[in-house]
Amino acid sequence: MNSHQVIETLTPLVPDASYEAGASIDFATLYVPAGRLVDTCLALRDTPSLRFNVLVEVTAADYFPRDPRFEVVYHLLSVPNRLRLRLKVRASAEAAIPTVQGVWPAAGWLEREVWDMFGVVFDGHPDLRRLLMPDDWEGHPQRKDYPVQIRKAPQTYEPLEISEEEFRANLERDRLKRTH
Amino acid sequence: MAELHTETMTVNMGPQHPSTHGVLRLVLELDGEIVQSATPAIGYLHTGIEKTAEQKKWQQVVPLVERMDYLAAQSNSLAYALSVEKLLGLEMPQRVKDIRVLIAELQRIASHLIWLGTHAMEIGAVSMLFYAIRERELLMNINELIAGFRFFPSYIRIGGLREDLPRGFHEAVNAFLDRFPKKVDEYEGLLSKNDIFMRRTQGVGVISQEDAFAWGLLGPIARASGSNYDVRKYFPYSGYETYDFEVPTAAEGDVYARYRVRMRELRECVKICRQAIKRITPSGAWACDDPRVVPPPKDKVYTEMEALIQHFLIYSQGFTVPAGDVYVPVEGPRGEHGVYAVSDGTNRPWRIKMRAPSLLAIQALPSLIKGGLIADVVAVIGSNDVVMGDCDR
Repeated sequence: MNSHQVIETLTPLVPDASYEAGASIDFATLYVPAGRLVDTCLALRDTPSLRFNVLVEVTAADYFPRDPRFEVVYHLLSVPNRLRLRLKVRASAEAAIPTVQGVWPAAGWLEREVWDMFGVVFDGHPDLRRLLMPDDWEGHPQRKDYPVQIRKAPQTYEPLEISEEEFRANLERDRLKRTH
Repeated sequence: MAELHTETMTVNMGPQHPSTHGVLRLVLELDGEIVQSATPAIGYLHTGIEKTAEQKKWQQVVPLVERMDYLAAQSNSLAYALSVEKLLGLEMPQRVKDIRVLIAELQRIASHLIWLGTHAMEIGAVSMLFYAIRERELLMNINELIAGFRFFPSYIRIGGLREDLPRGFHEAVNAFLDRFPKKVDEYEGLLSKNDIFMRRTQGVGVISQEDAFAWGLLGPIARASGSNYDVRKYFPYSGYETYDFEVPTAAEGDVYARYRVRMRELRECVKICRQAIKRITPSGAWACDDPRVVPPPKDKVYTEMEALIQHFLIYSQGFTVPAGDVYVPVEGPRGEHGVYAVSDGTNRPWRIKMRAPSLLAIQALPSLIKGGLIADVVAVIGSNDVVMGDCDR
């Protein structure tokens, strides 16, 4: 099933949603408007000719400095129909994408990872916390404008506070100790 | 009679717990011995491999992805190599495909042996680990033979293999294949009808097929719940459609069913390996015929100017990959390993994402252990076969 056949099947099921076939060399790819994502996913899961019952993967790619910079990518698998499908949702840095956890519970951690790594907000996600990075981490490491190596300034820095007289006195004291 | 005041207890399990297969941390809420809820905390092994991969050239990523799922290193590199080859539009010679199949199946045996040893040990059959490690050692020796590296061979490269098979490869593989089925009988003799093992595993950690799919669990976990989904059969790659093998399934969906499925998979692996080793000639093509990707043989590098230039170009500039994105799944020991690779047309990947079956298995863990005994938590973690390097990447 190619992208256009999927769009033909979906269009009557999800009215007034505009899909766009994406270029791909492996299997069908669809650009889905963020507002109709959940409806689309429900139709993809429940329509007998599609039956995409497994959410294989949710990830994102940062195309900085393009705008909108992110593409959130959903890979779907239909075990009964032996089909694969890729959904793409374009997102800017400020936009929020609806969560698909209600359709496939597997989305929970996968969306958390996308938020953790890219900072894409998932609207309606009950537990949008960091997954892989520490809780107090700043920034989203897989963004293209995030530095590869971070050098932080030392937390405490105390210069050597000793005068020349004190230094000489210490030396003298040590010398006396050794001679006695 | 006055009512007793009871309260639940919160117990922290891990991240330094020997039965968590690395550094998985579970916060368990217990009512006596019953698990009321569980919250996994992961990320202790996060090393930013995907970010690092974006700084490397395409061929430099192979050793990196092998370090993700460190028990199934060559399953990762196979998925990665296939994805980049798809972007490049390369077709491998038949011999390369067969060698890759053989290596992938040997890797599956090695990974299942570690699973079997640790899983049985955690349930109480400590001696199982020694038997499993004993046979795995032979597979490590085969890795050493082909690549000089036991754990992360990086033998599968983009465009083929690192070099041709060494002398003595067929003998080593055949010796292993002759020995191994008897050893599987031995393992099964120890465990399959073992009363203690069966009581610890039957009816524990049950998951239905619908739930397994809803949680994104593919591979042996889904097959133990009645599904026959296997990437090798549904979306064949590297010539798996030409091999004669079965996909073991079970219906119960409990820890024991997952044990039985993996044990039968070991026997199917041997079947595939036997067919593959028969097809592989001792010497022949070990890479595709594409001078952009595959460096010339060393004797030509030392004698021909063009070969030296080509060698220099591949190792200094790398090669460019046409822009586009691709997702290639392979059947790893833990389920579907897949690589989502995005290229912007340069010599470095724009984005590499590895689908992590362990991440999804840990996500589903609370639903498997809720309402069970705390002792069963260990059995369920073991039967899900999680590898934290794969989970955290």
